Amino acid sequence: MHIIESGNVAAALGVKLSRAQVIAAYPITPQTPLTEKLSEIIEMGEMDAQYVPVESEHSALAVCIAASSTGARAFTATSANGLLYMHEQIHWAAGARLPLVMCVVNRGVGSPWTIWNDHQDSISQRDTGWIQIYVNDHQQIIDGVIKAFKLAEEVMIPVMLCYDGYILSHTYMPFEIPNQEQVDAFLPPYKPEYALDPMSPANLNTVTLPDVRLDTRGRLAHGYMEIRYLLQEDMIKTIEVMNGVDKHYMEHFGRGGCPLYETYQCEDARFIAVSLGSLSYHLREVIDRLRNEGIKAGIMSVHLYRPFPAEAIAEGLASAEGVIVFEKALSYGYQGALCSDVRSALYPANGSRKKSPFVHNYILGLGGREIKTSDLYEAFKDSCRKGPSAGKDLMWIGLKI
Amino acid sequence: MGTRQYGRKTSHSEPGPGDGGRTGSWRVARPILDEHACIPAKRGAQACYMCWLYCPDGVISRTIPPKIDYEYCKGCGICAEECPTKAISMVEESCFIRSEERKP
Amino acid sequence: MHTKTTILSLPEEEFVNPGNRACAGCGLGTSYRIALKALGWNTILVVPPSCLTVLQGLYPIAATKLPCLNVTFASTAAASTGMLAALKALNKQAIKVVAWAGDGGTSDIGLQALSGAAERGDNFLFICYDNEAYMNTGVQRSGTTPQWAITANTPIKGKLQQKKDVPAIMAAHNLSYVATCSASFPLDLYDKVGKAVTLPGVKYIHIQIPCPPGWGFEPRYAVKLGKLAVETGLFELYEVENSQFKLTGASQKIADKRSLVPVAEYFKAQSRFKLMKASQIEEIQERINKKWAGSFETAEDTDED
Repeated sequence: MHIIESGNVAAALGVKLSRAQVIAAYPITPQTPLTEKLSEIIEMGEMDAQYVPVESEHSALAVCIAASSTGARAFTATSANGLLYMHEQIHWAAGARLPLVMCVVNRGVGSPWTIWNDHQDSISQRDTGWIQIYVNDHQQIIDGVIKAFKLAEEVMIPVMLCYDGYILSHTYMPFEIPNQEQVDAFLPPYKPEYALDPMSPANLNTVTLPDVRLDTRGRLAHGYMEIRYLLQEDMIKTIEVMNGVDKHYMEHFGRGGCPLYETYQCEDARFIAVSLGSLSYHLREVIDRLRNEGIKAGIMSVHLYRPFPAEAIAEGLASAEGVIVFEKALSYGYQGALCSDVRSALYPANGSRKKSPFVHNYILGLGGREIKTSDLYEAFKDSCRKGPSAGKDLMWIGLKI
Repeated sequence: MGTRQYGRKTSHSEPGPGDGGRTGSWRVARPILDEHACIPAKRGAQACYMCWLYCPDGVISRTIPPKIDYEYCKGCGICAEECPTKAISMVEESCFIRSEERKP
Repeated sequence: MHTKTTILSLPEEEFVNPGNRACAGCGLGTSYRIALKALGWNTILVVPPSCLTVLQGLYPIAATKLPCLNVTFASTAAASTGMLAALKALNKQAIKVVAWAGDGGTSDIGLQALSGAAERGDNFLFICYDNEAYMNTGVQRSGTTPQWAITANTPIKGKLQQKKDVPAIMAAHNLSYVATCSASFPLDLYDKVGKAVTLPGVKYIHIQIPCPPGWGFEPRYAVKLGKLAVETGLFELYEVENSQFKLTGASQKIADKRSLVPVAEYFKAQSRFKLMKASQIEEIQERINKKWAGSFETAEDTDED
């Protein structure tokens, strides 16, 4: 069924189709309409789920963590400062290996207050051990939610599905709503290996000593470091699992095919832009314009940001002369996080001297600063012209200082 | 040999005694029960059991007479303090260490 | 007429393994042991960082025999809500959810979530075991630390503020049941826990827990000290059921006999109060006398009938 609706509603419908059983909700712009829609769906009896209106985002994730530990499929959504408020819990869910799905409707963080879109909120969570996926349009949102549950439950790692506040959350686009039966066939009910149960008592996530120790059955149990190592190991394996989930989804629904990143005109590109989210589609206009002028440009839109598919991305960029990373966030005191990751992927661990593309970094759109296509075009063209001798490590677009 | 074969990937503890090791080693003094003064012992029936009730570690059994598990008894002395007939006295652990060391 | 439990009628079965890391003489040890007997096997616990975290055992050995979810400090009540939601979704509502948090995890960092859960009316029992400071981290002052107590971060002047009255805060949420208990009256605790789990919505039980290292007394006097707190009228044992306040047990006896043990005895027995001045003790005695005057009058009226 094809409809025209907002990104938030697309996400809500994805959650409904995924048969989430416990939904924690706390209002924060621009995520709010997502959980509002879910409350409407539930109160109309169209979805059998427990809707918990919590008193803070920290509690929202607490509800999800406890619900998932008890064996239920759990979901929540947030943005910006709400995401930051639950930061402690984000780490907790990852270490507890819970397959939560959370939509992050990207918004800039305070201070000062901003309600408009940038990526600082989710970028600041990239080290927590959550899978992070950025999607570019409403179809990818609804498909992404369903795939997120499947992926999470397969690797037992929580998934953050990120989409741009206002630009995607509040705009209207046509998209296809998958059929419930088909989704049920793709995503069976949540059956964890262990859920809290008086019949099989266990004490979960308590203090874990630095060293390994024998358990009650005389077996050598992990220490903290092993438990965390396994999270990392499974994160790396997730790249392959993600490919499988995407392939599986393609077989059921006929959509997908680029789970790690999505390219436009990269096959023979000399200069490749890299970005996350809806900006990637905006940049296509710039690519078209440059191509018209004879400049072989392309755009690589990264979908799977964590785990970072370094090998695949390096492969995708290796033959380019220049890489231009456009970002709506940065690691203060250094450079854009995505740029750091891309540069690191292009610089092999063995330090070999093979020629790598130059990498430029542009910061833009912070706090929802308007991103003009003409500004993007000028910056891209400038980078192509200057090449390795651009001079500055970090450049800004749209700054009015 | 590492922990690779361990079944679970999370901090998942199963119930069992002795998380703190042999907590009996914490003792400075050991509670000793005098069956002549102990109410259930004298009556030969279930009675009193203040020691069983108040023991923070649950190492006193509700038997006739109550038995103290010295493997885990921390020697807090609450049982001695609360016993209505003063049937329990706290005796310095050092006395027992020497005699236990002499055991073959 | 509800029959009071006696020592002999308590279930013998233990729900805690021995050899745990709680201090010798820990008031929580007794309270937890006895309360769990009232809860039974069909229970899942929720526990934030606190002394109980340590008592329940470090990975991979659990001293507690019940299933338990350890959660972040502020989130005990919210996690309890989430657990209940899952149990409802899975049609397992018969399983009881019981939260055990320390005074810090209840009255300070945990208060927001607790208030939220109380307002939502989620069906679980929240037990605050109050040893009157952040004991697990080395005796720092909390909202429920009594006035003038020396703690690790009120080392010279003692705590300047009064003890936060958390049961009263919870009673203001119109809960079906709010009660205060003491580690020194375990049978009273057993009965109150047993009653609480049969009632709807959030139920709140506040247990005063004497702490030998934190309060500064010999472990063997833990029970006596808890009793003294009640007998001096400083700590009351009561129930608020459907907004009706009622003194219970030893506190009811005080009201009936109209006699309070001088509170100086209680303060003198603990080194955390060693710097209290006579004038400060007198001030507190006056506060206690005023607080009990109402109950004594009611008792008098009853006498005259």
